[in-house]
Amino acid sequence: MATTTSDALPHKETTIKPAVPLSPLVLGVRRFRRHRMAMIGLGLLVVLILYISFAGLASRGYCAPLKQDVTGEAWANCNDTHLKLQPPSADHIFGTDVIGRDIFARTVYGGQISMFIGVSAALMEVILGALVGAIAAYYGGWIDSLLMRFTEAMLNIPSLFLLIIGAHFFGNKLPSFNILGRELTGGVIIIILIIGATSWMYLARIVRANVLSLRERDYVSASRALGATDSRIIFLHLLPNTIAPLIVSATLGVANAILSEAYVSFLGLGVQGATATWGNMLDGAYRYLETAPWLWFFPGTLILLTVLGINFVGDGLRDALDPYSTKHV
Amino acid sequence: MSTYILRRLGQAIPQLLIISVILFTLMQAFGDPVATLGARNPPKPEDKERLRRMLGLDQPPYIQYLTWLVGNDWQKIDMNGDGIPETPGQRKGVLRGDWGNSLVTRQPVLEMIGQRLPNTLMLMITAEIVIIILSLAIGLYSALRPYSLVDNLLTGASFIGYSMPVFWLALMLMYIFAVNFRKWGLPYLPTVGMFEPAVGKTPAELIKHMILPVATLSIISIAGYSRFVRSSVLEVLSQDYIRTARAKGVRTLYVVLRHALPNAALPFITLIGLDIPFLLAGAVVTERIFAWPGMGRLFLDHTERADFPMLMGILMLISIAVVIFQILTDVFYSFVDPRIRLE
Repeated sequence: MATTTSDALPHKETTIKPAVPLSPLVLGVRRFRRHRMAMIGLGLLVVLILYISFAGLASRGYCAPLKQDVTGEAWANCNDTHLKLQPPSADHIFGTDVIGRDIFARTVYGGQISMFIGVSAALMEVILGALVGAIAAYYGGWIDSLLMRFTEAMLNIPSLFLLIIGAHFFGNKLPSFNILGRELTGGVIIIILIIGATSWMYLARIVRANVLSLRERDYVSASRALGATDSRIIFLHLLPNTIAPLIVSATLGVANAILSEAYVSFLGLGVQGATATWGNMLDGAYRYLETAPWLWFFPGTLILLTVLGINFVGDGLRDALDPYSTKHV
Repeated sequence: MSTYILRRLGQAIPQLLIISVILFTLMQAFGDPVATLGARNPPKPEDKERLRRMLGLDQPPYIQYLTWLVGNDWQKIDMNGDGIPETPGQRKGVLRGDWGNSLVTRQPVLEMIGQRLPNTLMLMITAEIVIIILSLAIGLYSALRPYSLVDNLLTGASFIGYSMPVFWLALMLMYIFAVNFRKWGLPYLPTVGMFEPAVGKTPAELIKHMILPVATLSIISIAGYSRFVRSSVLEVLSQDYIRTARAKGVRTLYVVLRHALPNAALPFITLIGLDIPFLLAGAVVTERIFAWPGMGRLFLDHTERADFPMLMGILMLISIAVVIFQILTDVFYSFVDPRIRLE
């Protein structure tokens, strides 16, 4: 590349480091940092991540049913039915829910699960989308037709319906399990799989379009001539060169997965049991629209802020990494 | 043109077949709908067995799919379980307009959907009109005053609107305009249903009950679309023919409405055409919250009862709508934009 420091760096540094070509990564980071919305979004996300990581330290209190002081997640799951539907107060700053659990503590631990669901489902989306897209484009022929007809068919079924049916069929059929010292209901894994399985289609089409043009490049022919295997070409040459849409989709996918989890849980088909998520804290909350608005206001607002932050960052990433792509919004 | 439409329809048929296979496979995961039948007084095992044979659920899945698709009225089926087929089949299959009967109500699926569809369409069409008018208005306003205070405020608001979960918006609107307005003694809006039982089924009641669901459905779409309109109008306004028109002394309003808007509206039409059927899906949550007796509610109610002929019906109709709207959008696009040639 002909780009040198002299025309891209601030004037101060040009005299110190002459003629070092900037990597696309450095350029991308630079463009991202100039994106005002993206930096606001990033700040918002950092605050939210700090909240779900460390606000649990303030989660402690006297749990009457257990007759002892508890901390952490035990406090989030302590249901004192004498204290049900308490409005926000000094003891319960976000109030209590229908069976008397502290909503503040539940937003902290539920947030961790919601983030976990969001990130894992987005990861699954990216893996599925990249694999389907790359395989379809690389092999072409009947494999391409088969995979793309399937992708189009999936795209034409509104994914919320697929989510609802999937959640209804497979929901809560896995036993609870332990991860990182925490008890998680199997429903968490089910919901991740369902969201991942219903969201990869757009990405598959983007990756396919990119790989279709990339596979004709000389470096692909060269490495094939050197005897590289198909999987080496796909994973080492083709997919790394479509990294920009992959990163952007992964980021926005986290927001969509958190929203999807919330929709499904809101309809009462999401993660059940003691494990809190931002979504299942909203389950049934609309019945208390008038009497207990704090039930839905706090988890709902946290979802809104997270999605907002991720959308800002995703938008900035798209502008920074993928300057030629058209914006959707 | 007509060959193009025919070819597109020809492509749509295998696509819909693939969709139906995917959906039917998914339905198998429901398990046995008869097993959970009659929660309070469950039928005897031999009755369940007979019911299963009556509904054709004893057949392997691929036979069930073929029966669903093309029917079984040319063959005899074994109804009394002695291994000898004796009763002629009744089903005509989807291809001949028989979408089967609901397992719950025993009514034809199409009839039940037909009862609910007008309610959903009423919400959808009103919302779509509001969406189109407001996003064009907001987008145009922003594009004509880019980076002004109002434009920046609208940009911020649209980002928030775009990130809002539907249920959060619905609950907020209900809390403000129904709960708090009543508390403050202001004229408040109703929250659930289509009519107030005490007042009766008057058009005024219907409109009052539609305001909040329509607002919920449209606000999020307006947030996204108005940004889209803004950027395409801005792009068109920088074109040479706009500068020429202005240089000739054409009034700004005329330039915008006659030259800029039609060109900027083209991609907007595509976007709307492709999104309309998906708006139908977005109604699931809205209809649930506002207790609106539409298709979304029907879908949720029958998911809980594993009523798969019903679910297949709803999902296939929506998928057909998606495919048809794709074709319509492309055809319409070539009509309004003479630069596009369809072959």
